[in-house]
Amino acid sequence: MSPTLEKALTAPHKLEYTYKRSLGPVLSPFFTALRDRRILGVKRRDGRVMVPPKEYDPDTSESLDELVEVSDEGVVTSWSWVATPRRQQPLDRPFAYALVKLDGADTAFLHVVDAGDEGNMETGMRVKARWADETTGMITDFVFVPA
Amino acid sequence: MRDVAVVGFTQSPSMRSEPDRNEVEILIPVIDALRKQTGLTSADMDFICSGSSDYLAGSSFAFVSGLDAVGAWPPVCESHVEMDGAWALYEAWVKIQMGYADTALVYGFGKPSMGDLPITMALQLDPYSVMPLWPDTLSIAGLQARHCLEKGILTFEQMAAAAARDRGHAKGNPNAQVKGDFTVEGILAEPFLANPLRKSDCAPISDGASAIVLAAGDRARELSKRPAWIRGIEHICEPMDLGVRDLGRSRSTEMAAAKAGVGKGKIDVAELSAPFTHQEILVERALGLGPDTKVNPSGGALAGNPLMAVGLSRIGECATRIWSGEADRAVAHATSGPCLQQNLVCVLEGE
Repeated sequence: MSPTLEKALTAPHKLEYTYKRSLGPVLSPFFTALRDRRILGVKRRDGRVMVPPKEYDPDTSESLDELVEVSDEGVVTSWSWVATPRRQQPLDRPFAYALVKLDGADTAFLHVVDAGDEGNMETGMRVKARWADETTGMITDFVFVPA
Repeated sequence: MRDVAVVGFTQSPSMRSEPDRNEVEILIPVIDALRKQTGLTSADMDFICSGSSDYLAGSSFAFVSGLDAVGAWPPVCESHVEMDGAWALYEAWVKIQMGYADTALVYGFGKPSMGDLPITMALQLDPYSVMPLWPDTLSIAGLQARHCLEKGILTFEQMAAAAARDRGHAKGNPNAQVKGDFTVEGILAEPFLANPLRKSDCAPISDGASAIVLAAGDRARELSKRPAWIRGIEHICEPMDLGVRDLGRSRSTEMAAAKAGVGKGKIDVAELSAPFTHQEILVERALGLGPDTKVNPSGGALAGNPLMAVGLSRIGECATRIWSGEADRAVAHATSGPCLQQNLVCVLEGE
C-alpha cells in the first residue's frame, strides 16, 4: 500500500520580513510628516537645509537632527522623460522624473512630475505637491504637478 | 608596498542575451582560458575573489554558484563582493599587500538579460525616499545629462562624439557588442530614447564575464614577460542622494585619480567603464586625460557592458596593452551606483 497524501503535513508559508524596522530619529519624523501632508528637511551646521533629510552631513559626517518644515512647492532643476512607464513606476501615463528644489530647501529632491506632456516640462518651472487622498507616510504619498 | 601585477586576463564576448547558458556556464570557458593562458590551476591561487550581483539572478547567495566554475575542492580561500569585479580585484590586491597571498584569481560575471535591468537597478537606491518611486537607470542618468547640457558643461555633439569614437574603436574588438561606423550627425538624428538621452548615449545591456590573475613580485616576473604592475589603485564613494552632489563633475574620480597618481606621468591608454556618454566625458575630465591618451581602444563600456565584469575588464584591457608593449602606462576606471556615485581608478605600468 502506498501512503496516502491526505495525512501529509502542511504549513502556511508567507514570504515576508517578520520584523519591523524603525526609520530612526530623522527619517521617521520625515515620513510621519508626509502622512500629515508636510515635508521636512534637516538643517546642516552651516544653515543649509537638506531634503530629504539625512542623519549625517554628507560632507562633514556630523550628526544632524534639527528638522525644519519646507514648502511643498518648488523649482525643477533637472528632469528626464518617461514616455512608456514600466508597471512598477508610480504613474501609468507618460511623466517626468525630476530634481525639485523645494522653497526653503538648499538641495534638490528626486521625485515625479505628472506633467501630461513632455512639452510642459522645463528646467526652472515651478511645481507643487499633489497629495494622495489617503496618505500613508510613504514617499509615494504625493507627486508633483506644474504649479 | 608590495609590487603586484596583472599577469592574466580573459573575457567572454559581451552578448545582449545568453539564452542557453547560465552564469556558471558563461564563466567556465573564461576561467578555463585563463588557466591555459597562465598555466595555473585553482590550487595555485592563494586567494580567489569574485564580483557579481544577486539582484540580477533574483535569488540570495546566487554568487556561490560561480565557484562551480573555479572548483572549491580541495578547499580554497575565497571571498565575494556584491560589486563589479574591479572591487574584487581591489580586495585581492589588499590581501596580497597584507602578505596573505602571492597569487590571486579575480572574476566578475553578470547575466542582466534575465530581468528588466533598468528597473532592477532601482533597487540600489535609497530604500525609503527614492526606490519606491522606481526611477530606472535611463531616467536617473538623464537627470545628470540634462544638468550638464543646460549648464553648458558639455554638449549633445560631444556626447555623440564619445559614442562614435568608442564604437569605432570596438570594430577591432571581437568581444564588443555594439560597434561600427557611427557618426555624430547620425547619432544626433536618432530620436530620444528617454529625453535627453538617445539610444547611442547608453551602454548596451550585456551578459558576460571576465577574469584576471594577480601575482606579486618575482612570481609575477615568472608568469609574465612584461607584467602590468599596479602602481596605484583607489576607490572613493560619494553620497547617494543626487541632490547633494555636484552632478556636473565626478569628484570621487578626481580624488581617486589623485590618490592613484594618474597625473604623475603620461597616460598612453585609458579604459573607462562609464555607461552613458555624458558620464564618459565627466570621467575623462576627472582623470585629467589629454590628447596624447588613447581613450577606450577596446570600445569601453559603451561598446560592451557585462554588468559586474565591465570594470574588471577595463583593467584587463589596459594590462593586455602593457604586456604587448603598446602602452607603458595606462589607467583603468570602474564605476558603481547612480550617476557615477562610486569610482575606482587603477594605474598600470610596464617595466
